[in-house]
Amino acid sequence: MGWIGETVDSIKSLQIRHVLSQAVSLGMIVTSALIIWKALMCATGSESPVVVVLSGSMEPGFKRGDILFLHMSKEPIRAGEIVVFNVDGREIPIVHRVIKVHEREDTGEVEVLTKGDNNYGDDRLLYAQGQLWLQRHHIMGRAVGFLPYVGWVTIIMTEKPIIKYILIGALGLLVITSKD
Amino acid sequence: MHSFGYRANALLTFAVTILALMCAMASVSDNFNSPSPTSKVQVLNINWFQKQPNGNDEVSMTLNISADLQSLFTWNTKQVFVFLAAEYETPKNALNQISLWDGIIPSKEHAKFWIHTSNKYRFIDQGSNLRGKEFNLTLHWHVMPKTGKMFADKIVMSGYRLPQEYR
Repeated sequence: MGWIGETVDSIKSLQIRHVLSQAVSLGMIVTSALIIWKALMCATGSESPVVVVLSGSMEPGFKRGDILFLHMSKEPIRAGEIVVFNVDGREIPIVHRVIKVHEREDTGEVEVLTKGDNNYGDDRLLYAQGQLWLQRHHIMGRAVGFLPYVGWVTIIMTEKPIIKYILIGALGLLVITSKD
Repeated sequence: MHSFGYRANALLTFAVTILALMCAMASVSDNFNSPSPTSKVQVLNINWFQKQPNGNDEVSMTLNISADLQSLFTWNTKQVFVFLAAEYETPKNALNQISLWDGIIPSKEHAKFWIHTSNKYRFIDQGSNLRGKEFNLTLHWHVMPKTGKMFADKIVMSGYRLPQEYR
């Protein structure tokens, strides 16, 4: 009970100046996170520099919950690279390996076919109806780096939103009641 | 200042920093490995070679692939993904890469292998350019680390040629 009483007291004893400085420092945290994300987007050239693996189709290389770092350069796409692509009509991007490449002589456009290492067949079944090849504009980036397990945090938060709210609430309360 | 929360926070921050540093060092240590893999591929037989009704050439072949990729493995290697691709030029396409066979090597003990197989993925051209076509067989590998940067490289083997006639 004493803890709650103290908390209520500390909320009561807040002064305007204190509240303002806390709001500013909270804003600093949020904006610096945003700056880092946007800087990563610039540095990697990919619209989402970090992705979380959601399916087991690349096992045992990438498991569910692993994090991939993407890079999108001007360099042409080649067989064997692991690319992240969006298919028309699907919201969630897919991380699979390129197994076939055909690059045009005149325009330099590429047509690629992908497959998950752990899948039996290629990805034509996942593509839009009648689509045989992926083009450059479908591809968001290629995977260059790998970090295991860290993505579980986001998977848990999206699948169990209650945990997210509890976490945000606890952090908020900590910020309000901290006396530094 | 020296509350439980403060100390727990400091401990957690320190542990995460050390872990991140160790992951980074493990990834950097991969750069000190200078691998020298070898590989040899023989086309034993053209099983069949035909023009599909839609006008694309398709060929099926039997391959004998032997390779020694043991030097690719370091302590930070989770697996090596290896595949053999046929690569050739056509008037329409500056580059065609078609994966014919692939495999996952889980450990160093399995990295010296020999396999006799027909092509796992269909060898289909975009058009009808395969008769008498000279092509390269390239063994590519993709080293997937336990953590950190992924590496890829290849061995190009040239001088393969498809037959002049469908069979």
